[in-house]
Amino acid sequence: MEFQSCVKIINEWDIVAARQLGRNVAKELGFGTVDQARITTAISELARNIYLYAGQGRVCIEKLYENGKSGLLIIASDEGPGIPDVRKVMEDGFSTSGGLGAGLPGVKRLMDEFDLDTNVGKGTEIRATKWLR
Amino acid sequence: MRIPILKLYDCLLVSIQWELDDATALQFQEDLLHKIHETSANGVVIDITSIDFIDSFIAKVLGDVVSMSKLMGAKVVITGIQPAVAITLIELGIVLDDVLTALDLEKGLEKLQQELGD
Repeated sequence: MEFQSCVKIINEWDIVAARQLGRNVAKELGFGTVDQARITTAISELARNIYLYAGQGRVCIEKLYENGKSGLLIIASDEGPGIPDVRKVMEDGFSTSGGLGAGLPGVKRLMDEFDLDTNVGKGTEIRATKWLR
Repeated sequence: MRIPILKLYDCLLVSIQWELDDATALQFQEDLLHKIHETSANGVVIDITSIDFIDSFIAKVLGDVVSMSKLMGAKVVITGIQPAVAITLIELGIVLDDVLTALDLEKGLEKLQQELGD
């Protein structure tokens, strides 16, 4: 049982579309209002990172069913410049855009699982999961 | 669509009723400052009861508009922050330190009157 839908991130409006998609899926899965806000916010941050740093990319939302648990997976991917120093971007308070975007540590705190895969010159893929409790 | 800004005596009243996109948020920032200038308002209440999430961009726009209003001599109180919004803002690592807040519009107007010393 797998379900995935994607939004291409090209302009600011796509950020809104991505988080609306995420919120709808979160509602369907039965997440409460606080988790819905966490998921929506995480998607907004990841989509904005794509828009700011890579120019374009996409955000996919997937429903997960594993060992009787259900969850929501966000996959944010781009073919942008990649992240040269991963350790640095995972430090709180680090930003290269002058304060826009709370950064990846914030997203990591909002979600249950967080994976970052990046190649300089090739792009970045971030996978973040929230499990229904 | 633009966010309406209402004048109430020497204060301005704003109720944000729908999800903010980047352009609307920035337009609102500009509109509010112009309205403060136009009306010589001393205080502003921004009610966000209907907002169910705030990301770092909207938080920055709100924080900035509070600082900008202060530069123009107007105090701003933000009211109606929902539990889910408070939780996600702090988890995200965003601190709106210098921002006056109140639980609802009524308490926000009271706080503003106190701040303005009436």
